[in-house]
Amino acid sequence: MAGKPKLHYFNGRGRMESIRWLLASAGVEFEEKFIETPEDLDKLKNDGNLMFQQVPMVEIDGMKMVQTRAILNYIATKYNLYGKDIKERALIDMYIEGMADLNEMILVLSLCPPDQKEAKIAQIKEKVTDRYLPVFEKVLKSHGQDYLVGNRLSRADIHLVELLYYVEELDPSLMANFPLLKALKTRISNLPPVKKFLQPGSQRKPPISEEDLEKARKIFRIK
Amino acid sequence: MAGKPKLHYFNGRGRMESIRWLLAAAGVEFEEELFETREEFEKLIQGEKKSLFPGQNSMVEIDGMNLVETRAILRYLAAKYDLYGRNIQEQAWIDMYVEALKDLSDMIMFFPLSLPGEKAMNLEYILQRATTRFFPVYEKALRDHGQDFLVGNRLSWADIQLLEVILMAEECKPSVLTGFPLLQEFKARISCIPTIHKFLQPGSQRKPPLDEGSIETVKNIFRFERGMFLKNMGTIVAEY
Repeated sequence: MAGKPKLHYFNGRGRMESIRWLLASAGVEFEEKFIETPEDLDKLKNDGNLMFQQVPMVEIDGMKMVQTRAILNYIATKYNLYGKDIKERALIDMYIEGMADLNEMILVLSLCPPDQKEAKIAQIKEKVTDRYLPVFEKVLKSHGQDYLVGNRLSRADIHLVELLYYVEELDPSLMANFPLLKALKTRISNLPPVKKFLQPGSQRKPPISEEDLEKARKIFRIK
Repeated sequence: MAGKPKLHYFNGRGRMESIRWLLAAAGVEFEEELFETREEFEKLIQGEKKSLFPGQNSMVEIDGMNLVETRAILRYLAAKYDLYGRNIQEQAWIDMYVEALKDLSDMIMFFPLSLPGEKAMNLEYILQRATTRFFPVYEKALRDHGQDFLVGNRLSWADIQLLEVILMAEECKPSVLTGFPLLQEFKARISCIPTIHKFLQPGSQRKPPLDEGSIETVKNIFRFERGMFLKNMGTIVAEY
């Protein structure tokens, strides 16, 4: 079996961060090769490493995997974080696809023109408290268990807790009426591999700075 | 086991079409409850006890579950009907192939909703992506292993999805597969599989592309107030 998984992306959260969270929570050590310039990205493409000319790309178990969801599915399956059968997996998938919608909104927020930002943030906050968090609070309430699905840790818990950290960064008061989600966040954060990942000096990435955003725009040729 | 799967959606392709394809290819009979108006749509989404997230606009009732989220439904069906590979590596390849195809099919799906002045530009973008980013990958995959199917030398979700997207692309430009001889053979071969052949016949549950008349209906049902447009990363941005 090959060495550690190797992540190819720019030095920021973007679409790679949920992969970092999942690997870290599964206790898997990984390496990172950062794309710093458009030329770095061109080289990856020209050397035939990016199947669809896009990153994230993760070298893992002899494959050069692309497509964020494909990568996450593989990691979750390999490390037993995807439920015990296809019905549990369906439940996990429903939850995480909903989370992905919200995650995407928060992700593209940094690309929002300044004059539209405040309105966008208000829109996101409303979706958080009215559409998304109530669903997951209700799930936890309905079965009273420590985890979202199947009474054991799955990727659904990890993705949700990651998302809750972003919600908190946006506005801590958003979590006020969701006691069970707060408890889940604390519980998951105390799991040893997650706790380690949350420490300073880990491979977890901070919110993007203006400077790094400019750099990323150049790399990915975003206008 | 419960009765046939039941699909809830509007009477068009949209995000449900890939699900129809997968069920049909697997030889699974299914029922549909199709809505045509905003009111019917509201009735569906207000049945919150049925749907996980408020505001969902599609749902499949299957095996005692009310499944929402297209990918959740597709993965469940692929696994259930043995179209998801035999092991984790095959699953990985299938996932990579179908995720990329979804990028392309989303672009094509939203194309009829382009702002009028941007239609030509969007079409050119779609065709350029299809012929330089996506189709070459699948042509190469088939060439490299010389097998009839994309993954594991047997029919999988990836093959079904690829055929669906090829046909969608050909609706945009009939000659789009010029320069891709293996994809042309692939298209012919997969179309001949009895369950798929049946689905391709008139009178099946396969839905036609959006025409001018149904575009207005769709805009009204899903409340698309402005046009769709493609950003330079291929991300669809919807304002509604």
